[in-house]
Amino acid sequence: MVVDTPRLTDAALHLRDELGFNYLSDVAATDYLGWGGKGVSGYIGTNRGRDLNEPATQGYQRLPRDKPRRFSVSYHLLGLRAGAPRVRLQVWVDEDEQVPSLVSVWPTADWHEREAFDLMGLRFDGHPNQRRILMDDDWEGHPLRKDYPIGGEPVRFSGEA
Amino acid sequence: MAIAPERPKIYEGTRIPAPIPSVLEVREDLRSSDDVLTVNFGPNHPSTHGVLRLVVDLHGEDVVGLAAVVGYLHTGFEKSMEQKSWWKAITYAPRIDYLSFQANELVFVLAVEKLLAIEVPSRATWMRMLLSELNRIHSHLVWLGTAALELGAISMFWYCFRERDRILDLFELVAGFRMHTRYFQVGGLAEDVPAGFWDECAKFVEVMPKAVDEYEALVDRNEIWLERTQGIGLLSADDAIALGQSGPVLRGSGIDWDLRRAEPYLAYDQVDFRVPVYDEGDVYARYRVRMEEMRESVKIVEQAMRRMPGGPWIADDRKVVLPPREELHTSMESLIHHFKIVTEGFRVPEGEVYVTVESPRGELGCYVVSDGGPKPWRVKFRAPSFVALEATATCMRDALVADMIAIVGSLDTVMGEVDR
Repeated sequence: MVVDTPRLTDAALHLRDELGFNYLSDVAATDYLGWGGKGVSGYIGTNRGRDLNEPATQGYQRLPRDKPRRFSVSYHLLGLRAGAPRVRLQVWVDEDEQVPSLVSVWPTADWHEREAFDLMGLRFDGHPNQRRILMDDDWEGHPLRKDYPIGGEPVRFSGEA
Repeated sequence: MAIAPERPKIYEGTRIPAPIPSVLEVREDLRSSDDVLTVNFGPNHPSTHGVLRLVVDLHGEDVVGLAAVVGYLHTGFEKSMEQKSWWKAITYAPRIDYLSFQANELVFVLAVEKLLAIEVPSRATWMRMLLSELNRIHSHLVWLGTAALELGAISMFWYCFRERDRILDLFELVAGFRMHTRYFQVGGLAEDVPAGFWDECAKFVEVMPKAVDEYEALVDRNEIWLERTQGIGLLSADDAIALGQSGPVLRGSGIDWDLRRAEPYLAYDQVDFRVPVYDEGDVYARYRVRMEEMRESVKIVEQAMRRMPGGPWIADDRKVVLPPREELHTSMESLIHHFKIVTEGFRVPEGEVYVTVESPRGELGCYVVSDGGPKPWRVKFRAPSFVALEATATCMRDALVADMIAIVGSLDTVMGEVDR
């Protein structure tokens, strides 16, 4: 379920109070920079499975569908009741946009949002303690962004001035 | 199904600190006095189960302020997995939580299988369940051994590690590795179960319940153990839900919730087991939940052994699963498939899924995004330990400095999983 950023808090409150999704399981931020670009050839094969003895079930090839913005934040909610209903609440933001913080709705969002800030560089509006959590406080960059190189951290040598 | 029936509350209202739910701040009147001492507990303290740092404000022996600092073990698993093919990324999953490695492996493999919509043979499903339960016992044994050790019961450690070693022997027998087995493969299992496994496993099933009796005899009526665990680290049902707690911590707070029963995966809907729930919300309740879970897990292992279906152990899908070794010498097609899967990896349809399993520590989730290519676009683990540590500030209201060790121990966190 995708909502606009300004309506996120309302949607969360509605889901929690009216529809009974009282448990926030996870907050997952994703960076879609370079999605569907070079080097991505799309999927070959069909969802229904492949039968080698049946011609023309080798599937199709296509590029992934476009995404509306660069980042998505997915809130995975769960209702602690029979049937265990789950819903994914999603917002899309660009680099300079803020996401409203849901700490006042689900206190457990505290560390999840700090993690998303730390590793993805997303800012959460109204978060009471917006600091890095996994990386050092003086770390530069946000490691899980797609433009952050792997093995790119500077190494300091002992003889260096 | 009543998740949390009405019962007397262990405390009124909420104890979650505000405005920051995970930080207990020193009260105004104490802050101005000179009697508050700030102490760094960790990161290299033996009883923090890894590298956890707690910045504690002490007023005499009372804990009046607390903030947990994590991240010392951050290794960038999620970033690394984005660089590997789906096939190779499985190896990373178990290493995130080095005590419940099977559960982590399972949740990632299940997520990939859900994207692929691939059918898994029932023998693989049952064997996965059996190994997951053995792994649950393994994880609880390590927890019990170390948590008791921290409270002074040194002998417990040796008793628990005796049985733990038997479980590791079983894993070695099945997969060739004692830990981080990488035995679950997309589509099923990496190999069939070796014939000698069943006898050894039957011996273990016989020994384990007696061993749990022994543990209980050692600590359950031990005055020191009871004094140090009962009524300590209180967490009410409402606070546990608000803080997203799961697993034994949630069940120790009186919430009847287990994903194995509420949202059955594998073959959990076909076996008989009980979900232990305790209302007290203290360290002792969490200990009781884990002890009984070990007994229940033995029951599941026993049923799985008895009812293990025969047949193939991995799906027959040549685009995803490696062809049988012997075919490589005779079939050109098989050789091509083998080469493609090993070098380039298989492709997974575009999409995003969130899959959860009940790991020994609680709700373990895995969010996977695929762009249709041979590598995952994004992998995110919902680590139950990470969430459990958010509750430290709430649990440690009114705690003494010595209780901290019991409370951190009772949350059963594995720092590798917290920091990923």
